Order: sequence, then C-alpha cells, then structure tokens
Amino acid sequence: MRDILKEVLLLKAEMMSQTGEILIGLVVLIGALISALSAFGLVRLPDVYLRSHAATKSATLGVLFILAGVFLYFAFYLEHVSAKLLLGIVFVFITAPVAGHLNGRAAYRSGVPLWERSVQDDWSVSIKKEREKQ
Amino acid sequence: MMSSLLLISLAILSIAVVGCMYRLLKGPSISDRIAALDMIGVLLLSMIAIICMLLKTYAYFDIILVIGILTFIGTTAFARYIERGVVIESGDDESDR
Repeated sequence: MRDILKEVLLLKAEMMSQTGEILIGLVVLIGALISALSAFGLVRLPDVYLRSHAATKSATLGVLFILAGVFLYFAFYLEHVSAKLLLGIVFVFITAPVAGHLNGRAAYRSGVPLWERSVQDDWSVSIKKEREKQ
Repeated sequence: MMSSLLLISLAILSIAVVGCMYRLLKGPSISDRIAALDMIGVLLLSMIAIICMLLKTYAYFDIILVIGILTFIGTTAFARYIERGVVIESGDDESDR
C-alpha cells in the first residue's frame, strides 16, 4: 500500500515537472513569435519612425519574455538563481527604448522625411523657430 | 518536448534576423540601418539565452550582458554621429556643433 502511494506521488511529481517545462518552453516560444512579428514590422512599415516603433517596442517585449523564461527555467530546474540574468533583463528593459528614442531624434534632426500620409508634425514648428534664432 | 519548442523558437528568431538583414542592406536612410542593427543585437542576445537553456549551462550569461551593453553603446554612438557629425565632443571647439 505504502509503496503504491510512493509510486503515485513520484509519478505526479514527474508529470508536474514536465508540465512546467512545457509551460516555460511556451513562454520562450511566445517571445520568439513577438520578435518575429517585430521583424515583420521592420520590413513592411513605410517610414523610419514607424519602423523604429516596431523594432523598439515589440522586440523589447519579445526579449523580455525569452529572458524571463530562461530565468524561470534556471531557477526551478537547475537551482541557480542568476543575478546576471536579472541584470540583463533590467538592462535591456531600460536601454532599448532609450536607444530607439535617440535614433528617432537623430533621424528627425538629420532631415529624414516623414511618410507622405502622416497627419501631424509638431516638432517642425519649434525646430524652424530655433533655426531662425541662430 | 521542451527542447523541440526551444529549437522552433531558435528557427523563428533566425527568420527574424533575416528580415532585419533585409532592412539593413536596403534601408533608404542611415537611421533605418541603425534600427535594424539594434534589433539584430537584441535578437542575438535572446538566441544566446535559448542556447544556454538547451545546453543547460550558465557559462554564456556574461555574453548576454556584454552584447546588451555593446548594442546600446553602438546605437548611441551612431545616433550622435548622425545628429552632430562627431561622436565625442571635445567641449572647446565651437565649430563641431
């Protein structure tokens, strides 16, 4: 009786561990799919600003999903809570939007044209004033 | 089961890198190419994370950090170069601005 109970418990633990592995694999797969969507936006969208929007936001989300999946896997299955990986997650989360913003500002100031069907361009007014003052 | 999911994710990420390479080679302005390079760096980082998981080793976590930092610094330097024409301003030279 006792042996059977032990066996059932072992089997249950194994099933739960396999389920967890599949869940973590699915998190990583979702991250990869979001990154692929963002690459699709980078290829298909019409001008620099829309493309940089696609490349910055959704690529960051995809990478965060993948790194979170890797962190969970190492924490639960290999008993290694990695501070380096946490630091990497925080670093990507902070710097990717900053880099996208810098790139978009540099594009605007160097005169890359907007898409011809854009409806609003607020910065052109203040930049014109700034250039007249100089 | 999980390793096959991870291999599928690696394949999807490789396709995403190919899309970025298209924008990197074709992109009409320099800023397009910089955005594509930034995204290739970030995708490379996540591919290395998945490879760590496949090989069950934490030896490559340093590489994740280094690639993240280098991608950010590279994008910043390129953006400054486009905007001002110099990467590092000396401070006493007014004609640089």
